[in-house]
Amino acid sequence: MEKFTTHTGVAVPLRRSNVDTDQIIPAHWLKKVTRDGFEDGLFEAWRKDPEFVLNRPVYADATVLVAGPDFGTGSSREHAVWALQNFGFKVVVSPRFADIFRGNSGKSGLLAAQVDDKVVQRLWDHLDANPGATVSLDLVNRTVRAGEGVDAIEDSFTIDDYTRWRLLEGLDDVGITLSHEEDIVTYEAARPAYKPVTL
Amino acid sequence: MGRTLAEKVWDEHVVRSHEGEPDLLYIDLHLIHEVTSPQAFDGLRLAGRSVRRPDLTIATEDHNIPTTDLDKPIADLVSRTQVETLRRNCEEFGVRLHPMGDIDQGIVHVVGPQLGLTQPGMTIVCGDSHTATHGAFGSIAFGIGTSEVEHVLATQSLSQARPKMMAVEVVGDLPAGSTAKDLILALITQETTGGGQGYIVEYRGDAIRALSMEARMTICNMSIEWGAKAGLIAPDQVTYDYLRGRPSAPTGADWDAAVAHWDSLVTDDDAEFDKVITIDASTITPFVTWGTNPGQGVPLSGNVPDPASFEDDNERIAAENALTYMGLTAGTPMKDIKVDTVFIGSCTNGRIEDLRVAASLMKGHKVADDTRILVVPGSVRVRLQAEQEGLDVIFKEAGAEWRGAGCSMCLGMNPDQLMVGERAASTSNRNFEGRQGKGGRTHLVSPDVAVATGILGHLAGPADLVQLEKAGA
Repeated sequence: MEKFTTHTGVAVPLRRSNVDTDQIIPAHWLKKVTRDGFEDGLFEAWRKDPEFVLNRPVYADATVLVAGPDFGTGSSREHAVWALQNFGFKVVVSPRFADIFRGNSGKSGLLAAQVDDKVVQRLWDHLDANPGATVSLDLVNRTVRAGEGVDAIEDSFTIDDYTRWRLLEGLDDVGITLSHEEDIVTYEAARPAYKPVTL
Repeated sequence: MGRTLAEKVWDEHVVRSHEGEPDLLYIDLHLIHEVTSPQAFDGLRLAGRSVRRPDLTIATEDHNIPTTDLDKPIADLVSRTQVETLRRNCEEFGVRLHPMGDIDQGIVHVVGPQLGLTQPGMTIVCGDSHTATHGAFGSIAFGIGTSEVEHVLATQSLSQARPKMMAVEVVGDLPAGSTAKDLILALITQETTGGGQGYIVEYRGDAIRALSMEARMTICNMSIEWGAKAGLIAPDQVTYDYLRGRPSAPTGADWDAAVAHWDSLVTDDDAEFDKVITIDASTITPFVTWGTNPGQGVPLSGNVPDPASFEDDNERIAAENALTYMGLTAGTPMKDIKVDTVFIGSCTNGRIEDLRVAASLMKGHKVADDTRILVVPGSVRVRLQAEQEGLDVIFKEAGAEWRGAGCSMCLGMNPDQLMVGERAASTSNRNFEGRQGKGGRTHLVSPDVAVATGILGHLAGPADLVQLEKAGA
C-alpha cells in the first residue's frame, strides 16, 4: 500500500446523503474477479444523467469526493472503494461513514475523512461557487483546508489512530498480524473442543 | 461490574490486546461465497500464503446462481467465470465447498445455521454485510470487505476496534398479524440508517424471547440496515432446540459442556450498555418502505409521506429524490400502490418458516392478473423440505413461480431482475435504487404482506386477504 501523508486535489461536491454501495458500484460489476477496471461502473446509474456532477468536464481529474452523511451504507463490497480509487479518488469527506466502508477504505488506502456536518456544507458551497477548486487533506495533522483569505475553510477531520498510522506508514495488515503469530498459536491451543469444524 | 453478552463473547476471542491498537480477534467460522473472495485468494497467491484454518472455513455459491435451468451451465459467462474461480480457489486451498447441485448449497447465511455450524458464543465473519444473521444464536457475526477476507484466510483473526454496546429493549408483545420483519422495519425507520453506527446491538425483551429461531435471524439479519456493526440475541432453550441434532452441533458430553458455557454468556443483570433504546412491539402493525433506503418506511395503513414533513435538510432532499425515483406522490395511501412483482426469498426471509407462512396465506388464492410472484427458497434443503410438505404445490396452484435456491432477486446478480420502472414488493432487505435491477422500484415487506400483495395486485396485508375471503364467501 502507498503511504498517505498529504493530498491536494480537485474536489467534487456530491450533495447526497445515504450514498449506499449499490449506488457507488452496482451489483453486476461485482462479477469481476480483479481489483481494477471498476472506474466505468462508479455511480453508473447517476452518470447516465448528463447533469450529474461527476459528468462535468471540470471534475474529470477529481481526486476528492465531498459527500453527505451516511456514505457507503449497505453492502460490504470493497469494490466500492476500488471503483472510487480506479476513477482516481484518493479521499472521501463525509460527516458519517458506514462502518464497513470506512474499514475497507483504510485497508485499501483510500482516506475516509470524517468532518462536522457544517464543514461539508461549507465545502459544498465553496466548491459550487468555484468549480474545479481544490481541497487539501493533511493526515499528519488531521486537517482539511479549502479556499483562501477570509473565506478560507480550515477544520479538523476524524480518523482513528491505528488506521492513520497504517496509512501514514503504508503498512500491510496481514503482515502486521503475522508478526504476532505466536499469539494466534497460543490462543488456538486453548480453544474448547466443542467448537465446530468444517472438515 | 457485569458484562453484556457481546462483551463476554468479544473478550473470549481476544488474541492480542495492546494499547493504541485495535484488538486482534480470533475468528471461529469464516463463510465464503463467489463474489467477495476471488481478489482475496489472489492476494494469498501473490504473497505465497496459505489458508491458515481451512477447517474453520466453508464456501458456497449463492449470489450469481440462476434459479431456473439448474441442469444447464450458467448462461452468463462472467457469472460462470466467477463461480468457476471459487471452485478453483477452494480446490487449491483445501476449502470445503457446496457448489450448485450440492444438497447443502444455498445462501451462505441460510447454510451456516442449517448445518449447525452457527452456534452461540462464536465469532463469525463473511464478505457479506448480512452476516449479522448469525447473531440470532448469540454470536458476534459481521460482514467484512475483501481485504479482511484475505486477512482472515491468512491469519484466522481480524483487527477490530471494540464497538460500543447498545440494547434494544422490545417491550410488549407483537400483535397477531405482525411479524419480526415488521418489527425490524419499524425499528430501522425509527432509528434511521445510521442510528446503530458504531454499536453491537443486543435485541432483548419478552417479544424477542417469544420469537422462533428463524424470526430472530430475520431481526439480526437487518442490523446492518440501521448501521450496526452486529446484532445479537441471547441464546436460550429456543436456540438449543433448534441447534441440537444438526450435523455440526456438539454431541454427548461436548453438548453439555457447550450448553453450560453458553448459558453463562447471557448479559449480567448489572451490565451497563452505552445506549438503550426501547420499542413497543404491541404498537407494531404491518410495515413497508416507500423510499430508497430501508429507513424510509411507514405502516402499511399509512400514506406516502410529504418530503416537506422532514425537518432535516438531508432527509427532506433524500425523500424528494426517493419519491421521484419510486414514481410516487405524497399522500397516496400505501395500499393504493400497484405492484408488478412479488419476491419471496433472501437471507432475510427465505427460510422454511417463511415459506410455510407464505403457503398458508396463498392456499386457495390466485396471483393477481398482471402480477407475478417468485418464491425462491434460501437453500436446496429449504427447497426440499418445502416440497416434502407440499408447499410447492400450493405456490404453483396459486400461479406463483417455484424456483431454485440462491440470493436471486434480492440483488439481481443472476437473471432474476426487475425491469426499468417495474415495482416490487420484496421480502429482502434493501430498497436501494437499482438494487433489484436497473430502474426497478422496491418496497420491503414481510412474507405475509408479500403474499397478500401478490394476490390483490397492490400493497396489502393479511387482513385484506381475510376481507377478500369474506367477500368471496
